[in-house]
Amino acid sequence: MGDHHHGPAKGPLRWITTTNHKDIGTMYLWFSFSMFILGGAFAMIIRAELFQPGMQLIEPAFFNQMTTMHGLVMVFGAIMPSFVGLANWLIPMMIGAPDMALPRMNNLSFWILPPTFALLASTLFMEGGAPAAGWTFYAPLSTTYAAPSVTFFIFSIHLLGVSSIMGSINIIATVMNMRAPGMTYMKMPLFVWTWLITAFLLVAVMPVLAGAVTMMLMDVHFGTSFFSAAGGGDPVLFQHIFWFFGHPEVYIIILPAFGVVSQIIPTFSRKPLFGYDSMVYATASIAFLSFIVWAHHMYTVGMPVAGELFFMYATMLIAVPTGVKVFNWVTTMWRGALTFETPMMFSLGFLILFTIGGFTGLMLSIAPADFQYHDSYFVVAHFHYVMVAGAIFSMSAAIYYWLPKWCGRMYNEKMGQMHFWISFIGFNLAFFPQHFVGLAGMPRRIPDYALQFADFNMLSSIGAFIYGASQILFLYNVIATIRSGTPTSEEKTWEGAEGLEWTLPTPAPYHTFETPPAVK
Amino acid sequence: MFQLSDNPTTDTAAKLVVVTVAMFAFVFVVMVPLYNVLCDVLGINGKTNGEAYISVDVEVDTSREIKIQFLTSNNAGMPWEFGPTVKLMKVHPGAVNDTVFFARNPTPEAMIAQAIPSVSPARAAAYFHKTECFCFNQQPLEGESSAELPLQFIIDQDLPRDIKTITLSYTIFDVTDMASSAVAAR
Amino acid sequence: MCFKAKRLYQLALGPVLMLLSLASTGAWADDSKMNQLNMPVSVTQVGQDIYDLHMLILWISVIIGLLVFGVMFYSIYYHRKSRGVTASTFHESTSVEIAWTVVPFIILIGMAVPATKTLLDVYNFDEAEIDIMITGYQWKWKYEYLVEDGENVMFFSNLLTPQSEINNTEPKGEHYLLEVDEPVVIPVNAKVRLLVTANDVLHSWWVPELAVKKDAIPGFINEAWTLPTEEGIYRGQCAELCGKDHGFMPIVVNVVSREEYQKWLLAKQSDAVQVKALMDQTFTLDELVTRGKAVYDRSCLACHGAAGEGGLGKAIAGSAVATGDVGGHLDVGINGVPGTAMQAFGGQLNDVDMAAVITYQRNAFGNNMGDLVQPIDVFNYKKG
Repeated sequence: MGDHHHGPAKGPLRWITTTNHKDIGTMYLWFSFSMFILGGAFAMIIRAELFQPGMQLIEPAFFNQMTTMHGLVMVFGAIMPSFVGLANWLIPMMIGAPDMALPRMNNLSFWILPPTFALLASTLFMEGGAPAAGWTFYAPLSTTYAAPSVTFFIFSIHLLGVSSIMGSINIIATVMNMRAPGMTYMKMPLFVWTWLITAFLLVAVMPVLAGAVTMMLMDVHFGTSFFSAAGGGDPVLFQHIFWFFGHPEVYIIILPAFGVVSQIIPTFSRKPLFGYDSMVYATASIAFLSFIVWAHHMYTVGMPVAGELFFMYATMLIAVPTGVKVFNWVTTMWRGALTFETPMMFSLGFLILFTIGGFTGLMLSIAPADFQYHDSYFVVAHFHYVMVAGAIFSMSAAIYYWLPKWCGRMYNEKMGQMHFWISFIGFNLAFFPQHFVGLAGMPRRIPDYALQFADFNMLSSIGAFIYGASQILFLYNVIATIRSGTPTSEEKTWEGAEGLEWTLPTPAPYHTFETPPAVK
Repeated sequence: MFQLSDNPTTDTAAKLVVVTVAMFAFVFVVMVPLYNVLCDVLGINGKTNGEAYISVDVEVDTSREIKIQFLTSNNAGMPWEFGPTVKLMKVHPGAVNDTVFFARNPTPEAMIAQAIPSVSPARAAAYFHKTECFCFNQQPLEGESSAELPLQFIIDQDLPRDIKTITLSYTIFDVTDMASSAVAAR
Repeated sequence: MCFKAKRLYQLALGPVLMLLSLASTGAWADDSKMNQLNMPVSVTQVGQDIYDLHMLILWISVIIGLLVFGVMFYSIYYHRKSRGVTASTFHESTSVEIAWTVVPFIILIGMAVPATKTLLDVYNFDEAEIDIMITGYQWKWKYEYLVEDGENVMFFSNLLTPQSEINNTEPKGEHYLLEVDEPVVIPVNAKVRLLVTANDVLHSWWVPELAVKKDAIPGFINEAWTLPTEEGIYRGQCAELCGKDHGFMPIVVNVVSREEYQKWLLAKQSDAVQVKALMDQTFTLDELVTRGKAVYDRSCLACHGAAGEGGLGKAIAGSAVATGDVGGHLDVGINGVPGTAMQAFGGQLNDVDMAAVITYQRNAFGNNMGDLVQPIDVFNYKKG
């Protein structure tokens, strides 16, 4: 109770000891951006090697470390923490709560991450190199045939899993117990709903990942044979357990992005979100369905036909609630009064490109067709459309949208538009051609390729470099805004914005809603 | 419902911790055993039982002839010579069949091997009964010596009628280190 | 601030227009392999069905996409605030939600029916004429034709592209990274059963024009089949990350006439007999070294380096093994070194090749031991 009316602590120790959701949100966002740059650097190395056929820059073994680390850092270091950062900043403000339910655990959740990723990155310098079995690290390549760094990799996964789980427990406890009076569940902003559901998914499946890597640890160090046929085990068991985590994981990645876009599109359409109730049910359906589709990542493993059919049907079914959401967003725009500021541009980009990713996902769900797509660049194209043009575009939208509220300064709109267009062009140039080479027969995770794939690979690399460069523009815009952007003190930064956070002063004070607001 | 704490926040958090721990346990206590049980019961993994089949006297079905192919494979780093003495057998469901595999350890040191069977089509595994198989046990061999490894099996009469060829493949693995550390541990 | 909606429309419609224009120029079923946009047309019935299924889903997606994006772009243009419109307030409609739940569901059923049929066709394991056991190794494939009466025909299939092409010191050949020393040969119009397994880690056998992809799992057999209806050479690659040379273990399938296949099979069987005969011969140092270099480049170079300098594998130049006791050297080559990446090559190289490569290693890279290892020496060493 004591120092509520004081501002933040002074000095560097502020950041280490803070329990304030805004501070912690800020740290998550900066940390995730630095991981985005690190993962992006790995991607630049990959695309530089793939610029032309032949091995020019790096050895094949190092290439495998790059693809593995790119995936791990982007998924666990960039995307997930960035959305946790958004959750931290926004959920209390959106539900009229003064902070998260468990502020000290919140601090710990964040501070686990920098040392964990330092450990993971340090495996690059260990003997035998960093993990190189892909971010999906199938056994036995990742167990019997792994470099010594596998033990540190397993330890890192455990640690970031603990961080994620603690963060999710915090989010659930906050949303369930700290909503302002009058804010029933069906009055919560959709961003809060999507995060609530995501948090439940995380609590359910991160322990499964922990289980999988624990079994790996036991196979590697304690003589068990979970994944080794020699001792009566089965490498395919690893795949089942991994993907039981892995599929809900991709929904964990995208659901908060759906939430962001569901806040932004209504604002710039000056019209309420169409079909709020449907959107909630659709999100919940996607979450439930996500548990029963995992083996669509394993269609070529030799499953019996009944299993293949079941997973095919269940996976196809997920298209229904996902489609419902897309239709609802478009209908939100319909007969609105649209303006196209940067957050809206990124949201529209999301809508188009995520939908394209959804269509390739539908194609992939068809088991016999997947025999041709599996482990080819067609899959790589699909997941980059949904994860980059999906999750990352929505994160960019979110930053532009809420940054003025957070820091009381307006970003440079022209630069924002430039960032959008360069990202959009760079992204599509990088990943659309990958559909072609994948269909034409180029496998994934290869450092060199046959000549017929050369032209599209060169285009793809150029696109990737362009996309990477535009993120530097973004960084510049964000820093310039925070330091010297045009001050703004409008509570409602955006004319069409609705929600409790837009009733607060701009910039938002260190402590907000210490008295709960009245919600009609 | 249980309340784990008076403070609603702590109560929520505590319940979620229980879920977390339960999901971790779920992997070891449910997922792994379930996988093994389903593979066994549904016979979908191509794995045959690790235990001897107790045969029941049945009539041999001479109307059906099933082709049995024997294949062998050495896992990486396994230098033994290993193969079937007979590559192909034509058998009737219900009949008891015998065959022999040969193995030779060409290295100067004693080694221990484990043969792991795999049946194709996978769904035939449930109908492939082994009354005696060298794959039930680990196979030790002194340096520079050989052995004849017996296999006795019966094809179940209920084998689906559309299966006419069954391939039984053995992969041998070097388990010398695994076995010796198990002995040392005792 | 408002943005030119027309530009938005055009730029975002770009990808879709591109797809349509390509469809109309017939670039979908492009014969030349360069810059192919689409899945290759298969030479198997099942492959053709898969291609048709792929196109069906693609077209349905394109149509739905055009509809949805059409509505979006209409809205972006006509519902712009800068046109002076006022926003409506409608925000829900149960009947609309039901409609766009039920209609997609029905479309999905329309897709699921042909998909189910094609999957059941793929899983139809009726009697095949030829059985081939395929084993994925780090980093090559082994093929074993199961011959009912007689010896099985067994051979390894290594990447043929030389390291110099990969390292850009020589221009790349037409089939760069898609060529092997020993292709799989099968007769046209015959059903071939493929029994896929792995020696070490997971691999996956994929030939796009046959529309076959099956994971290779150590300790387990996976069954697949193919029935090509056209003669030709079909190239594929490993499709499961398997370590450093995952991108360097291609597959080549020669589909030939039945007569040619029989000739090839007989030739392979007699090769095996011939190699047995060669075993009794004594070769000169030059003959062994020449043959040994070819074996080395194929089977050892990737790990031990073109000059025996090492890499993933130990250096051979000046090594204790290559300059030490011949028996010790034979042991390493034949039995491998358990617990390391050095495999047992005794089963992979015939005795003539083994003798040649050991001789080469002992005399090349400055080792200059002057030793000759004859095939009979290898044979006797293996016998113990």
